[in-house]
Amino acid sequence: MATDFTPWQSMGGGALIGLAAVLLMVLHGRVLGVTGILGGVLRFGDMADWRLKAAILVGMTMGPLVMMALTGQSPQMQIPISSVAIVLGGVVVGVGVSYGGGCTSGHGVCGNARFSRRSMVATLTFIATAIATVYITRHLLGV
Amino acid sequence: MRLVSAMMIGLIFGLGIAVSGMMNPAKVLNFFDLAGTWDPSLAFVMGGALAVTIPGYWLVFRRAAPVQASRFQLPDTRVIDRRLVLGSATFGVGWGIAGFCPGGALPALGTGIPEAFLFVAALIFGLLLARAMQARSPAPKPAA
Repeated sequence: MATDFTPWQSMGGGALIGLAAVLLMVLHGRVLGVTGILGGVLRFGDMADWRLKAAILVGMTMGPLVMMALTGQSPQMQIPISSVAIVLGGVVVGVGVSYGGGCTSGHGVCGNARFSRRSMVATLTFIATAIATVYITRHLLGV
Repeated sequence: MRLVSAMMIGLIFGLGIAVSGMMNPAKVLNFFDLAGTWDPSLAFVMGGALAVTIPGYWLVFRRAAPVQASRFQLPDTRVIDRRLVLGSATFGVGWGIAGFCPGGALPALGTGIPEAFLFVAALIFGLLLARAMQARSPAPKPAA
């Protein structure tokens, strides 16, 4: 399934992601990593921390609605894979980000922005294995 | 006020994800499909994000403390170990299978699309599974 190359829209969206990361650091002193935020909501120790993370997640789910309100367009979503692949991928992502200590937002944006070597290694690793996985599924297995 | 600003920050992030194309699995998978229907857009997402975050963080870290909290909470580990590399490698495999990463899928819940709920449920299961595995073989504390 081909998709359109959208450099300006993607860069603009990326800039908003960066703005959110900077605001979370300057206001709350935290890394905007979705793995860590979701993981924190799945723990019930420190309730002040839990409420902060839950508020961030609730805000995130309002993103598509705000986009619709501002632009009149809903975000494009095309699902070229089966539900089985979504569930399998979800479990594998969950295990991986837990051991890897972060995902695209935590390592890819926040960690790299403070020149963390751990995050640079993590980012290069997950992009490389994602490319290898898509090569195998699409070009060798033909899924 | 803390919770209001946290929700607004989440909203800006979710809007950025929605606009950027990161919540579209077809687009994400095409970014990885160098030998097929390659779509380089997502490199621009990370480029745009870093172009703001690198100078932004540089300014923020000139402060002694954040505005609404007592201190900056930054990861203190520096070690590059098997756990980091194998965990990240595993994440990439899952990302390449499903086309969603956590930051792409959580905001996508707001669209109401069933696949986003399916992915997030599986993601939560995976996080809890890893937590149970880590509890059996203690090692440096995980992020999640």
